[in-house]
Amino acid sequence: MLIGKLPDIASSEITPRDAYDDYFNRRRFLRGAVAAGAVALGADRIADVISPRTAALAATKLQTVPSRLTTTGEQLTSYQDVTTYNNFYEFGVEKDQPAKNAGGLPIRPWTVKIEGKVKTPKTFDIDALLKLRPLEDRVYRHRCVEAWSMVIPWVGYSLAEFIKQCDPLPSAKFVQFLSYYDHKVEKWAGETTIYWPYSEGLRMDEAMNPLALLAFGLYGEVLPNQNGAPVRIVVPWKYGFKSAKSIVAVRFLDKMPPTTWNEQGPSEYGFYSNVNPNVDHPRWSQKTERRIGLPFYAQRRTTLMFNGYADQVASMYNGMDLKRNF
Amino acid sequence: MKRSTLVLLKTLTWLACLYPLGWLVWAAATSNLGADQTHTITFCTGLATLRILTLSLAITPLRRLWPRLNWLVKFRRLLGLFAFFYATLHLFTWVALYAGFDANSMAADFAKRRFITVGILAWVLLLPLAATSTNWAIRKLGGKRWSRLHKLVYVAAVCGIVHYWWQVKPGVLTPVTMTVILGVLFLARPLLAWRQRSKASASRPAAVIG
Repeated sequence: MLIGKLPDIASSEITPRDAYDDYFNRRRFLRGAVAAGAVALGADRIADVISPRTAALAATKLQTVPSRLTTTGEQLTSYQDVTTYNNFYEFGVEKDQPAKNAGGLPIRPWTVKIEGKVKTPKTFDIDALLKLRPLEDRVYRHRCVEAWSMVIPWVGYSLAEFIKQCDPLPSAKFVQFLSYYDHKVEKWAGETTIYWPYSEGLRMDEAMNPLALLAFGLYGEVLPNQNGAPVRIVVPWKYGFKSAKSIVAVRFLDKMPPTTWNEQGPSEYGFYSNVNPNVDHPRWSQKTERRIGLPFYAQRRTTLMFNGYADQVASMYNGMDLKRNF
Repeated sequence: MKRSTLVLLKTLTWLACLYPLGWLVWAAATSNLGADQTHTITFCTGLATLRILTLSLAITPLRRLWPRLNWLVKFRRLLGLFAFFYATLHLFTWVALYAGFDANSMAADFAKRRFITVGILAWVLLLPLAATSTNWAIRKLGGKRWSRLHKLVYVAAVCGIVHYWWQVKPGVLTPVTMTVILGVLFLARPLLAWRQRSKASASRPAAVIG
């Protein structure tokens, strides 16, 4: 089913919070039990094993094509874990809060403003972005700086395709991404000392690398709000916080842009933040990671240089001291 | 108080203290440890340690405030030992699940990650307190020496809360509540002692002024 205009939901249709929580908690319990069985059966997706989601939870399906840039040989993290274990501090700093609190994110109408060193500044409507290129199924490893990791089947197309449409000038050396921010919707944003809106950035060559993804969905469906709906980037060879969510503006600059976590902790979160087992975070080692969804005695594994994408990205950093440019 | 009441209260305290462990065991058995099981176990044991330790530190201020609650002292050892128990579980989680029993990894963590250094310090400070918690030890040390040794619990509590602050991301404020509570409890002691001294001096007969 092609994505069309998302219907307005009457407030009478919205599941009351208690019922939703009850329903959701029972489903979590069930999913936990079923997950064990599902893995035993070899099913990648819980959805293959349990009944389809109800209208209250169902995300719209996206029409996708396979991608030669997809990662193989990894077990997918469950849809449950991908959509309920999130860092989205505007909606609360606990991992389970974004799924509970991001319901108010206004994903329609949605535009992305193009600014800075471009031929002509313009504004893209989200629905136009969805039609720009065929949407690909791309499985990527996702490595958080907190030393946990997932394997996520994203839906999108190379960021490079989008950037070409932005017509950047030759003077543009960096791209900055700004996320949605509204303190009325994101009421929990004041619980940290972070200065919003969330800002991230890439060097132009990094942004143009075919691996960098402009993502609109996961598991073949539209992004849930807590995963950065309706459009985000995914930069799989960098720590997860570089993959900015719910993007409203893209700026092309000739200087390195300020980025949120670098401002919060410059000794901890560098601009590049490439996944690197040889460069420790000041407060913990990055040599190993915990794979989400596995039993605690089986989670620990070695972290791969560039999160296992060295072949596609290492050349961009030839000659760079990655300990200094972390 | 009646012996039966004491037994009941102690039983309830045991149950309350065992609840975090019970929850962990149930959650592990029913796959309810969440997406990052290691993190859940770590956080649950750490929080239990801090909470129970804080409760144990509330006993003396409460007794000073309301002498009728003197019997609370009978629960102090129980709470202290449970705090040590969860601290040990928390430490073991690091040894087993983060360091994978690798001595080099543990040495690097201790040397380079200050939140781990101060966390280990907190546990090390609790160890002699747990070891001297028995009646035999109290008798052997004598009340004065035992009391002085057990003042280390304040240092351990501070190390514990610093461990928490140094673990969260810059900008995250979740340890604030616990910090405030501990702050209040730390301030309570000198405040209550001062209150007692000023009360005692007020009840002394005034000097006769000729």
